[in-house]
Amino acid sequence: MMSKDGLLHRRAVVAELLRDRSDLLVIAGLGAPNWDVSAAGDHPNNFPLWGAMGSAAMIGLGLALAQPQRRVLVITGDGEMLMALGALATIAAQKPANLTVCVLDNERFGETGMQKTHTAYGIDLAGIAKAAGFPKSLLVREAQQVTELRECAHNGTGPTFAQVKIDPEALPFVLPPAEGGILKNRFRASVLGEEALYN
Amino acid sequence: MNAAAKVSETRPQDWPNAVFDILTELDVRQVAIVPDAGHSRLIRLCEDDPKKRVVTLTTEEEGVALLAGAWLGGEKGALLLQSSGVGNCINMLSLPQICQMPLLMLVTMRGDWGEFNPWQVPMGQGTQAALEAIGVIVRRADEAHLVAPTVRGAANLAFNTCRAVAVLIGQSVLGAKNFKDLAKPR
Repeated sequence: MMSKDGLLHRRAVVAELLRDRSDLLVIAGLGAPNWDVSAAGDHPNNFPLWGAMGSAAMIGLGLALAQPQRRVLVITGDGEMLMALGALATIAAQKPANLTVCVLDNERFGETGMQKTHTAYGIDLAGIAKAAGFPKSLLVREAQQVTELRECAHNGTGPTFAQVKIDPEALPFVLPPAEGGILKNRFRASVLGEEALYN
Repeated sequence: MNAAAKVSETRPQDWPNAVFDILTELDVRQVAIVPDAGHSRLIRLCEDDPKKRVVTLTTEEEGVALLAGAWLGGEKGALLLQSSGVGNCINMLSLPQICQMPLLMLVTMRGDWGEFNPWQVPMGQGTQAALEAIGVIVRRADEAHLVAPTVRGAANLAFNTCRAVAVLIGQSVLGAKNFKDLAKPR
């Protein structure tokens, strides 16, 4: 799971988080986290974003509140999360027990030329989430911690936040459907039943 | 539904009660807010309803994303905001637009009618154009008795046709503050 620099490989992290995913619901932030989640296997219970930067954690909150019996996992990037730091305060105030927000932190804006993000300068996302009031906020660097995070996401009492330090590797894109209507309708049909399509 | 609450629809100035009744009738469960004085009665009513979850936001665009998630999970929502907050939402509105998700926005206007604060005017005057530029359908209510029917029509349009629809509630309905009065020694 580790690169030669001793950092976690992003797709190995995501594959472990989604292992035996059962009825887990997944929101994937735009860019590489979308391709990572898709590389682990396209699935109707995935809602992979192609835009709306800064929306991933809040979509996760709305979904977690609407489906309190299901587990919701947001997988997004450090750049996307940094655009929505206020969402961490909003989520902490609502305390959704079934929500985990996992940031794959390569300290880069990967899609735009690998410019450094704030985390490259030491900005502590896990510390920000903890200070906002997340009861559990993890800084993940080791494979064993990824397995612990998987357990939190599938069975723990949240909200849980995790900042997972990953290798800034550039990988081939693995693309899910791009059309929003398809992504929405297949997700709702899977979660709510086919009758959801009849509105 | 509570019969006492329904009586309110007959008095124009009680539009917040009438809007609350409409949201309840439509089974709106998540009410996302950045507070505005013009929304304060409606917010209180929603807070007192155990079937509605009021989610206070740090910025209005969070509410657009929240309600997309709510819809994915089978719940309806409403976003209550001030016209200045519309500007904060623009790119996020591509989410309901491209995914064909319903979004009901109830916007109380500033910089619109009798405004005292010049800093409210640019966004107030740009609100409708900005919403329409990103594809949101806009309806206005500039008299109190028109608020409830406008909200009802907008909500049905949003939830039946999976579109983002905003109702702009004019400052003539809400009443304009005069800060010069507020600044007088009491």
